[in-house]
Parts: sequence; structure tokens; C-alpha cells
Amino acid sequence: MIRSDYSRVDPKRRANLNYKKKQFATAEFQQQQYEHRLNFYELPPTAEITLEEFETWAINRLKVLSELEACTFRNKTPEETAEYMTGILNKYLPLRSNSSSKSQALQDERRKDHYSHFILRLAFSSTEVLRRRFSRLETMLFKLRWLKDDVFERKDFVKGLNLDWDEVGEEEKKEILDKLMAAGGVKKGDEMDWFKVDWERVPELVEQRKVFVRRGKAFVPQREQMSLVVVEFTKRLDNALELTSRALPRLDEDDRLAPILAHLSQSFTAPDSAYSSSDANIDGLNVITANSIDTLSTHFPLCMQNLHQNLRANSHLKHFGRLQYTLFLKGIGLSLEECIVFWRQSFKLITDDKFNKEYKYNVRHSYGDVGGDANRRGRGYTPYSCQKLLTEPLPGPGQAHGCPYRTFTSDNLVALLQRTGINDWDVLKGVKEDVGKQRYHVACNRVFEHAHKREIKRVKDDGSWSATDLDTIVHPNTYFKRSWLLKHVGEGNVGVVGGGDRMEE
Amino acid sequence: MPHSISPQSTQTLEADSPPAANPNPDLPSQDMSMSDASSPAAAEEQAKVNLEELFNDEDSDNEFSSSAPQVKFEDELSQPAPLKVSPRSQFSDPEIMRAFYQRLFPFRYLFQWLNHSPLPCNDFAHREFAFTLPNDAYLRYQSFPTADLFRKQCIQMLPSRFEIGPVYSTNPRDRKQLRKASAFRPLTKELVFDIDMTDYDEIRTCCSGASICPKCWAFITMAIKVIDVALREDFGFKHILWVYSGRRGAHAWVCDKRAREMDDQRRRAVAGYLELLKGGDGAKRVNPRRPLHPHLERSLNILKEHFQTTILHEQDPWAEEKSAHLLQLIPDVKLRDALKTKWDSSPSRPSPSKWADIDTLAKSGSLSMKPQQLLEAKQDILLEYTYPRLDAEVSKKLNHLLKSPFVIHPGTGRVCVPIDPREVESFDPFTVPTVVQLLGEIDAWKGQAETEDGKKVQDWEKTSLKPYVDYFRGFVANLLKDEKSGIKREREEGEPMEF
Repeated sequence: MIRSDYSRVDPKRRANLNYKKKQFATAEFQQQQYEHRLNFYELPPTAEITLEEFETWAINRLKVLSELEACTFRNKTPEETAEYMTGILNKYLPLRSNSSSKSQALQDERRKDHYSHFILRLAFSSTEVLRRRFSRLETMLFKLRWLKDDVFERKDFVKGLNLDWDEVGEEEKKEILDKLMAAGGVKKGDEMDWFKVDWERVPELVEQRKVFVRRGKAFVPQREQMSLVVVEFTKRLDNALELTSRALPRLDEDDRLAPILAHLSQSFTAPDSAYSSSDANIDGLNVITANSIDTLSTHFPLCMQNLHQNLRANSHLKHFGRLQYTLFLKGIGLSLEECIVFWRQSFKLITDDKFNKEYKYNVRHSYGDVGGDANRRGRGYTPYSCQKLLTEPLPGPGQAHGCPYRTFTSDNLVALLQRTGINDWDVLKGVKEDVGKQRYHVACNRVFEHAHKREIKRVKDDGSWSATDLDTIVHPNTYFKRSWLLKHVGEGNVGVVGGGDRMEE
Repeated sequence: MPHSISPQSTQTLEADSPPAANPNPDLPSQDMSMSDASSPAAAEEQAKVNLEELFNDEDSDNEFSSSAPQVKFEDELSQPAPLKVSPRSQFSDPEIMRAFYQRLFPFRYLFQWLNHSPLPCNDFAHREFAFTLPNDAYLRYQSFPTADLFRKQCIQMLPSRFEIGPVYSTNPRDRKQLRKASAFRPLTKELVFDIDMTDYDEIRTCCSGASICPKCWAFITMAIKVIDVALREDFGFKHILWVYSGRRGAHAWVCDKRAREMDDQRRRAVAGYLELLKGGDGAKRVNPRRPLHPHLERSLNILKEHFQTTILHEQDPWAEEKSAHLLQLIPDVKLRDALKTKWDSSPSRPSPSKWADIDTLAKSGSLSMKPQQLLEAKQDILLEYTYPRLDAEVSKKLNHLLKSPFVIHPGTGRVCVPIDPREVESFDPFTVPTVVQLLGEIDAWKGQAETEDGKKVQDWEKTSLKPYVDYFRGFVANLLKDEKSGIKREREEGEPMEF
């Protein structure tokens, strides 16, 4: 399947024709037996399947992956995602445990899982972006399945992986038991097993202080095993994808599979929360200048209002706040010159000299006016989306960036909202609930809908805006644009919002 | 000609740097201050000597790259005319900076430290240095094959300070000649930490902004103690160099091979592990899980005593109306109200009494929650006021630059000297020598020019910089020893593979 040969013998038989060309000591192409429900996808499939199976299996898996991705875009919690995905998984890609079913059906669904994974691997190995996305989603899927797996089967599966880690001996355990329990949050009666690995292998556990670390060794509780296995899974998958992409140009293929693969990778497009330049063009909005920011700031989402208030209060913002705000302002159409004027005026306490030396460059860099070739060609950075704001590190002392729904405590959040004029008790309560469930952007959209109640009703009633125009907001710049347009419906040239396409991104 | 050494660097040097380094070259006055070099002829002669030395140096680079000739070279150079330092001399004066780089800066140990071996190798040659020139221009991606070339460029450009970046996969000076951009990427760098007093501004009452006093230096002392022990005991790092940043902070360089090779994710993990204060909106910042992680438990024990002295007595953080923040941190409504009434009636109560009041009032029945919860809340408050506040972004990225040890802080003129973590308590930033003071000490020195075993006394040995350089030398020697045994082990283990 890899290298073209003139004789075009069935590649699976080729190895038998000339034993010197035999790649494997034992032939691998008989039916594989699937012992476990989980699979690390080490061995590629070798048996034959029909073209139709090839396509439908791939599409089914793709469906599962894109639903999984949609869950992250909607900011669902892991529990909600698991619940939502159960139905979808059962429909498209069922995988049952050893104890539940007859052996043949079991083998069949595992085979489908195995084959579909490798088909998509072919389809999504071509570019870096696709590879990264595929690996991220496959990892999520693996995690999901791991969590639902039977404990004993899981143990069996891990044993088969041959990952090297040391069990913590009884003596050592006794010596540091209280520390182990304190670090891992293990209570009496829980599973009392730990294993030792180099801390470098479990960086995220170390980062959250969920393991005890001593002299470079991390003591991982048994139940955190998942993160180790998952890291291993991702690592191997990334390597394999890299190899696949290199092999791809030499794929010995007639024109049966290539169209299917191309089609698959094209249809792997999910709701995009990215910024589009059309967000910057708002009809009826005059050219924005540094002086109009104060007036316009009433249309800003809470994250940007918070930055604006902080800026006005302290005449200063720290680096990440500046970056976030500059990009947002760039996104609403503020030109570089005006943006520099805006920051210069805002930093009242700073001399021209200091401003030019320490701050101006960064603003210009954000606009792509300076910096490396790549930065200039891309015209600087794109404005941050909600997803970006929700995943970046939390602000430290004196910093104000990020999404306030996430970074503020609920009391301070309510106070902030009240300052911006949201006093309706029901809304505030709803916001608190959303935030408690970590659905930050639902809270933000709730506030938006409340603040634009009347306008939304009006455009809905007269049918000038379609439902897609009022879809959930997942980008601060969309928030601004929609807010501005809604508040100016019926004014002069903005009144003709009927076009619909204007709101498309 | 020196051009042949590294064409790019020397050309720029000779072509642009004198005007760049000396925005207003005040040559006559410079000569005036040197007692015996006042005539142009003498100056010319000196220039000639310098040129000759350049030639010598080139030879030693190519043929004897061992450290022996380099020492000799340094010996020769540290004999320039005595420099008269008047008390009015500014530390940013070009001749002061030149004398500093010529006579005091320990290039040799800096080289060994970054090179990890006595012979020049890529660990040093591919290392990025970034110079801040006297006219505030910032030159990135400088690199030098040997310590001497590095020294020469410093003397020529007189950077007001320079920073150290990562070791790259290729020579940083050649980065633009590569066909693929991905061939130029950072490989290793020491794991670094930066503790800066700015992050303490909201809790320190004695000073603000750029100024410090012995009272607030205690914050840095506490931070060094906590971070140092965590890095050693938890992560098993051995070679941790603490450096005074020259004004109001400290840097740490973790130089173990294992630390140097960490990628960004791992660096982020260590930074996250050590970071405790979250959120910037004035609410309760410290909310650790219970039971406390062993690292926090240990930190709490270290910080307890400091809290009594440094915070309660010296800083007095809740004087007058500032007690509002303390009230905000107390979770129990009933207790909070009782305390508020009490403190409103006597606003001048000092902080230690206010801290004690919490327990007194709680015992007398104003507590509606469990005592354990109050204890935890008090622990959280203690941590908020004492736990190290790192500038974590510095630690998270492999390619972040950090100011080198032993350079001069451009604002204070003090030398960024290493701090021995075993004696961190006695370190006093106000006794750290300034460059002007050091140069004066060389002139005032009356000892023998040679030690008993015939070695010439280096200029830095004549000054109060000596203990710091000695400490640094010891640190580097230990690092090199470990590095060497590491290589040997690798070689032994690798051998069966080769056959």
C-alpha cells in the first residue's frame, strides 16, 4: 500500500511472492483479535473492508468527533459532555465491555473503531492544523471512553501497555503516607496505591499540586493514572500522525480512496469562533477615533468594559490587559494611529519618552506594523475569542485581563455588573448559576440578551434579523458589533438591516 | 585582522559602535580624569597596545583554547593605568563602565557557568546575549565563541546591562542565513525565577514603587527561603543561583541539566506548582485545597515566624482604615461584625492586637462557624501576606531573557551579586557595593601585587566584590563537577550501543 510496484500484485500477497521483501517476521494481516475495549491504535488494520464500509465508518467517527468538538465550543462541563455524548456514541460508534455481549458482535464493533480511526488518520494527517485538531479530539474521545470503562478491564489494558512506572513499596508508603494523602486529596477508605514516576511525565498534575513531589519523583495516586495514560496516548498518536503525513505522498492509490479522504477532511469544519475581518466593518458607524472609545464602551462586553474601567481608574493596564484590549480595539476598526493616540492619552501619568520606549512598540506589534516577517504579513494578531480568553492563565495581582465571568468571584462579579447597569435580580441570579456551572459565555449572552431585550424583540418581530443573526456570541467583537447594530436599528442608513448578509461572519 | 573571527560582529563593532556607545563622546574630559594618560600621544600608545592584544588574543583562540592562555591574557589586561575615581563620578560614565568590564566583571566564571565545561562549546557559542546600550538601544541575538571575544565586545560597546537568553540550535548570529526558520529554535536554558517588589505593592506599607527599605526586603528573604527549599527538596535541583537584581528583587537560576532541558509545558508546571495567589480583583486570593499540599504545609511553617515579626510588627498592614481588607477576608459574618465594631471604636489598634482579636472574639462566642474553618481562614490570610509572589511569566517560557549576574543595575549602580541561600537572612541589599565604590577600592588597595605562591592578585580580589565572586566561582565549580560526571556516565552507558 505504500510503494507503487509495476506488477500491481495485491499488496497483501506481495510479501509472500518474495520472502526477502517481507516486512514483518510474522504476517500481521490476518484478523486481529481485540482483547480490550480501549485501543492505543498501535497496529494498523490489515484485513480487507468494502469501499462502502470505508466511507460509512469514517463518516460515523467523524460525526462523533465533531460533536465532541462542538461540546468544547459550547463550554460544556466534562459531565455534561459525557452525558451528551453517550447517545451519540451508542448510535455511531458503540463499544461495549467484555462482559456485556457475545464475542462476535464485540469484535465487529471494535474492528470498526479501529479501522475508522486509521481512515481518519489518513484523511487528517496532511496539514499541521488538521493533525493537531485530530489528535486533540481523539484524545478527548479516548478519555471519555476511559472514564466509562470497567475498572478491572482498565487495569488489564494498562498492564498490556508496558508503561514503565514504579509501584511505591509498603515501607516507603508508610513513611510518607500523610503527605501522600494530603497531596492527592486521598481520604481514608479510598484506594491506597501510588506509583512513582519522573515528575516531568505528569506536568499538569504537578502544576495543580495534585501529587506529592520529592527529589524529582512524583507520587501519583492510582486514580490519576488516566492523565499518564492519556499523555502517552497523545504522544504516540502525534508521532504516528507525523509519520503518516510523510508517507502520504507515496500512497499507492488508485482514484477510489483519494476523493473520499479529501472529502472527509473538507467536511471536518466545525463552528468557527474565529474573528473575521467583516466584524470590523459596521455600516453606519463612522470612523472610530481615540476619543470615541469612551462613548462606544457602553457597547463593549464585560471583559472589555472591565479593562476600560481599570484603564480609566489607574491610567494604566498591565501587559496582557493591554494586549487583549488593543486587539479588541483593532477588531472594532480603530486604526493604528488612533490606537496609539488612545493609549498615549490613557496613560496620563507616563512621560512621552517612557511611552514611546516601552509601550508603543507593543501596540504597533499587535497591528503587525513591526516584528518578524510572519507577523507583518499576517497584519499582527487576531483579536482574542472567548475561547482564548477562557483558556489563558488567570490574571495575577494587579492584572485585569481575561473573562470577568471566570476570573471574578461571584460577589465582585455582581458588583461589576451592577456598575454597568444590570440591576435585574433574575438576571444576576441566572448569571451566578451559569458561572457556578462554569458556563461563562452563557452568562455573558444572558447579560447581552437582557441589555438588548427590547431591540431583540423588535428585530425578531419585524423579521429583519434571522435566527442565525442572533446566535450565541462567542467573540467579544461580535458582541460589540451586534450590540451597536441593535441599538442603532432604525437610525438612518442602519435602519435597513433586512439584508441579513451583513451579519454573516 | 579581527574581522576574521566573526565577520558580522566585528564589523558592526568597528563601524557603528563607537558613536552608538558614546552618544556624546566626551573624550577630552575622559582623558583628564586619567592622571597619566592626559596627552594624546599616550592615548595613541594605549590604542596600539590594545590592537596588539587583539592579535594575541586571536591566536590563543584558535590554537590554545584551554583556559591557561586566557588567564594570562587577563593578567596582562588588568594592568591599565590606575583610574582615579572622584566621588562625583557617575556610575553610567563611559570610563567607569569600561573600567568595570575591564577590571571587575568575572567573565571567566560567567563563561564557565554558561559553557558547562572548560573548553568552549556550543552551550556558550550558541547562547543568546542581549545588550542594552548606553543610548538605550536594545541589541538582541548577540553570541560569542569564547569568553574573551565576549569581554572585548563588552569593553567596546559598554552596555549598561546585558541579558542572557537560551542556547539555540544554531548560532544566533546566523539565524537569518538559514533556509528553514524552524532550524533556529531555543534548545535549553536555565529555569529562571523573578521575584519583584512591584507585586508586593498592595501589601507593603513602608515604601512603594522603586524604593525599598530593610523592612520590605524581608519579603524577598521569605520568598527566597520558600522557593529555594521547594526546588531542592521537591524537584531535586541542586544548582540554584540566587542573584540580587540590583534594586528591589531577586532572580533565581536553576542550572541543573535536567532543569535546563525542560520544555515550556514543564516550566509552566513548576511555575504553577509554586504559584499560590490567584485573581486580581481584590477578593480573597488564596484558596488552597485542604488538607494542604505538603509544599504549602512546609511553606506555612517557614513563613509563620516571619508573619509575626515582618508583617504584623514591621509592616502593620491593618492600621487605621486598612483593616477593611482584613475584615473582607474573614469568612464568618458574625465574627466580622463583632470585629468591625471593636476596631471602629479604637482605630489606632496596632495590627498584632487586631490579629489577636480574631481569636479572642471567636472564643468569646462571636463565631458561628467551626473553629477549624477559622483556623484555615487565618492560614489563608497568613499566606496571602507572606507567600512568594513570582512574576510567573518569566519562568514559563524557554526563550525568556533575564538580566545577567554581576552586571550593574542602571538605576542604582549596584552590582547584581549572587546571594547565598544558606545565609539569605544576613543579606543586606544596602551593603551591596556600587561600581564607583569598587573602583575606588582598587585604587585604595595597598596589599602585595602577588600572593605567596606567585599568582598575581586580580583586581576584583582587591575589592569587596571578592566574597561574591568567590561564591560564584564555588558555585560554578560544583556545577562543572556534576556536569563532568554526568557526561562520563552517559559515555559509559552509551558504549555498548556503539559496538
